[in-house]
Amino acid sequence: MTIEPKKHEMPTQDPLVRAKNFNEVALGYSAEVAVEEAKRCLNCKNRPCVLGCPVNVNIPDFISLVKNGDFEGAYKKIAETSSLPAICGRVCPQETQCESRCTLGIKFQPVGIGRLERFVADYHNEHSCEKPEISQKNGIKVAVVGSGPSGLTCAGDLVRLGYSVTVFEALHKEGGVLVYGIPEFRLPKSIVKKEVDSLKELGVEFINNVVIGKTLTVDELFDMGYKAVFIGSGAGLPKFLNIKGESLKGVYSANEFLTRSNLMKAYLETSQTPIMTGKSVAVVGGGNVAMDAARTALRLGAENVYIVYRRSMTEIPARREEVEHAEEEGVVFKLLCNPLEIVGYLNENDPRDPKNGFVTGIKCNKMELGEPDEKGRRRPVPIENSEFMVDVDSVIMAIGTSPNPLIKNTTEGLSVNDHGGIIVDEKGLTSKVGVYAGGDAVTGAATVISAMGAGKIAAKAIDEFLRDNK
Amino acid sequence: MYKILTKKILNPTVTQMEIEAPLVANKALPGQFIILRVDEEGERIPLTVAGVDKSRGAVKIIFQIVGATTELLGRKNQGEFISDFVGPLGRPTETAGVKKVCIIGGGVGCAIAMPVAQEFHRLGAEVVSIIGFRNKDLVILEDEFAACSDRLFVYTDDGSYKNAGNVTVPLKDMLEKGEKFDLIITIGPLIMMKFVTLTAKEFGVPVTVSMNPIMIDGTGMCGGCRLTLNKDGKKETKFACVDGPDFNGYEVDFDEAMSRGRMYAEFERKAHEKTCRLINGGK
Repeated sequence: MTIEPKKHEMPTQDPLVRAKNFNEVALGYSAEVAVEEAKRCLNCKNRPCVLGCPVNVNIPDFISLVKNGDFEGAYKKIAETSSLPAICGRVCPQETQCESRCTLGIKFQPVGIGRLERFVADYHNEHSCEKPEISQKNGIKVAVVGSGPSGLTCAGDLVRLGYSVTVFEALHKEGGVLVYGIPEFRLPKSIVKKEVDSLKELGVEFINNVVIGKTLTVDELFDMGYKAVFIGSGAGLPKFLNIKGESLKGVYSANEFLTRSNLMKAYLETSQTPIMTGKSVAVVGGGNVAMDAARTALRLGAENVYIVYRRSMTEIPARREEVEHAEEEGVVFKLLCNPLEIVGYLNENDPRDPKNGFVTGIKCNKMELGEPDEKGRRRPVPIENSEFMVDVDSVIMAIGTSPNPLIKNTTEGLSVNDHGGIIVDEKGLTSKVGVYAGGDAVTGAATVISAMGAGKIAAKAIDEFLRDNK
Repeated sequence: MYKILTKKILNPTVTQMEIEAPLVANKALPGQFIILRVDEEGERIPLTVAGVDKSRGAVKIIFQIVGATTELLGRKNQGEFISDFVGPLGRPTETAGVKKVCIIGGGVGCAIAMPVAQEFHRLGAEVVSIIGFRNKDLVILEDEFAACSDRLFVYTDDGSYKNAGNVTVPLKDMLEKGEKFDLIITIGPLIMMKFVTLTAKEFGVPVTVSMNPIMIDGTGMCGGCRLTLNKDGKKETKFACVDGPDFNGYEVDFDEAMSRGRMYAEFERKAHEKTCRLINGGK
């Protein structure tokens, strides 16, 4: 049998159409295409793909089931190790994880593992009406702080083991970065809601509008009868470049811009939350968050959207697919460019001119790549006298976050590292007995799947801890 | 959902409500704020806590109707509910070591200044309060301030009630006569806080100002509430939600804060008009 050298194409909305709407870009495989793609899997003995997955999904086994048309069976196989397959199938960086290890990938394109995972999860969500099995309750209460990917995973695993789990969320809606950060066109919020609802059916209690570290402290959770606490409070404060002009009107952190659009639905006519999108927008940064912000700006009506990134396309940290989608939609990449200053309007004759203080441009200089840094990425070096101006009326800073100090400041005995990340051992245990942590609160900004992996490990450790302490 | 326990109209544009939120009531200290959403489509707005009653789980808020959200909130009645109410956020006002304090409130800012004045009074400090309003109709909380202040000055811009002038008049007068304060705390419009700060600086009296910028989450995530402090010639970006809302007035870049506060002025004007049209049946 000859093997198809290329992955089956993912059907997508036409780039010019989708750049004007918030509907999902990738439309998903049909059953026929999924079976054909599954046939490309060599089902090799050493299964390197499984090791490439942070939660070790049994990839060849679920793909074999897809090949045989047993889609529900395939779902059950994935669900043995992953709690949120419909989400991971959409947002995991497969090209650096499972698919990067695929044996087929040595000669051809690797198997489209992510696309198959998404197909299987969507098939299940559409067809299955099986009620989840509710575990026998053991009466032990566990608190989870934050309802993002690590918290949802940890809560899901613990409730299945019989624990009474309460998830405390600071915002008014569950999902963490899945609802405030990742846009609708990449991850429909109905999918997140479905995952949250299924946890509710299993008995997980969600309490929104509670900021741990403010409304309640970690120590108070223990006083309230919780026997263990998992902190999955996510990444924190947005970083800025500390260049001139970052307080001008029209400069956003990506967190703020995306929260206004995703969580507050500022793109809908009915929303009361304002958002400012200019005609021309510069997004500073090269990660997935930068791509999300740039593509959101396009959809909000910007005519020119630039990614300003100081290295080259080779070093860009965003998922390949996001970069490609952004390019197809018309985002312009200004690579090897470093912002020096954001410039604003100022009418010297009229301090009351309403245009005063709004962004008019971003001054950059050109860079070239020098020696590799400690992470092996080539360090960008400025080229002398290469300054130039890009005319924009909005600038979005997507250069990462630093950990939020709220929990650290109010939890005695909780150790953090130099960057403010919570220190944990290999099982997710912090410096405080009974307190576990995972996800971006520990690692700084990382991926959904690594946060899920951390939630899983911590759930297992919490179970062991509580069984030992009975 | 959070129940509106009581509602009281303080003046034509300022309303007081008590919201049932026991967890917030348990924790809130003077100077801290909450974030609320009126309904499912609502925006998140910050409001400073104007008092709590722990036994009833009640948190008092006082707000001025300035835009669409406060308009909608103002239309809600006792016994009705709002979607979301989270807090207490921000750091409480520092009270340690202050024996004599001057509290200066302007307009609806007096609602925030009041619990701070009460707290200093409770702690045994000597409290001199100055409250200022545009005119007679807008005067609020005069009795409450009288009850917790050793001396109270009430000023109106147009002189339609008690003394005429702005709040810096009595402040300057006292300082010129040699009166000493350990601290001045001022809460109100940015322009007022800027001039109180300038006046205090002339006499070397420390000033704490309470900032109330645009914000979304209130936990440090969005950075929308950032402001610039000038510390010994060095600029520092701070987030009002986690680092404040109280700041050293000497360090705050008021002009930038005023500019940032007008970012959505046009949007807000339109949204307010639209809300009023909807409420008034398309008129």
